[in-house]
Amino acid sequence: MSHNVLPLFYVFHFYLFGIIAIVSAVAFVTRKSPVAAALWLVNTMFSLAAMYVLLDAHFIGVIQVLVYAGAIMVVFLFVIMLLNLGHASDISDARGMGWKLAAGLVGLALLAQIFALTRARVTESLTLPENTIADQVAATGAIAPVAGPLFHEYLLAFEVTSVLLLAAVVGAVVLGKRGERANAR
Amino acid sequence: MLAESLFFSAVLFTIGVVGVLTRRNAIIIFMCVELMLNAVNLTFVAFAQVYGAAGQVFVFFVMTVAAAEAAVGLAIIIALFRHRQTVDLSNINLLKG
Repeated sequence: MSHNVLPLFYVFHFYLFGIIAIVSAVAFVTRKSPVAAALWLVNTMFSLAAMYVLLDAHFIGVIQVLVYAGAIMVVFLFVIMLLNLGHASDISDARGMGWKLAAGLVGLALLAQIFALTRARVTESLTLPENTIADQVAATGAIAPVAGPLFHEYLLAFEVTSVLLLAAVVGAVVLGKRGERANAR
Repeated sequence: MLAESLFFSAVLFTIGVVGVLTRRNAIIIFMCVELMLNAVNLTFVAFAQVYGAAGQVFVFFVMTVAAAEAAVGLAIIIALFRHRQTVDLSNINLLKG
């Protein structure tokens, strides 16, 4: 969507989903029950998908819902329920005061750093003209702007990714089976 | 929308860091790492709008690595739970010295 058409509509929804994402993330970090935390995280990921769509990345938004909110979080919930950790217990409690203080300090330092970076200027020659991606999406569809670079400049990385996934699958199976073998002995 | 996206991304990343540092449940810490990856993805997508669609390709790769990481990490957590009957990281301090 080009944000020259409906600026107020666009800006309002961008802020709305951003605030939903942050509120859900805060709720996610503060929940005691792992299942409730996982569901709040799914909410954050859905809002992020909406923000991707508003930022002209329609395909990434769909993939976010399918892969993150769909597949990865279901695996998390599956493990939580497999290990019977769904109830809120003292395990879920936060660490002591020292850790909270350290977390607050690290958080503040990171925020300050990122805000300082936000003010940095990038040379104009690198910047695309306004609405380039939006026009590309309108002209060739949502997938072509991603698929083009993926299968040309980044083809090698794409192929290496398949090896990475294979290694991950083999690793997960090996880690999962080790216990069984020890029990059988 | 670049500045707003960077703001939301920074806040989400910071929430993730605070979660990793303050929680003791291994699964929740792992989910906080996923939240941090998502925050970085938002930065990539926001910059892709200004500097070209290669940023979206990187989001694609980040998601693939996140999926691989989730599979291996959760397998480690299951193996850990079989061994120690807990996912409380304050009880798992073999390498603490």
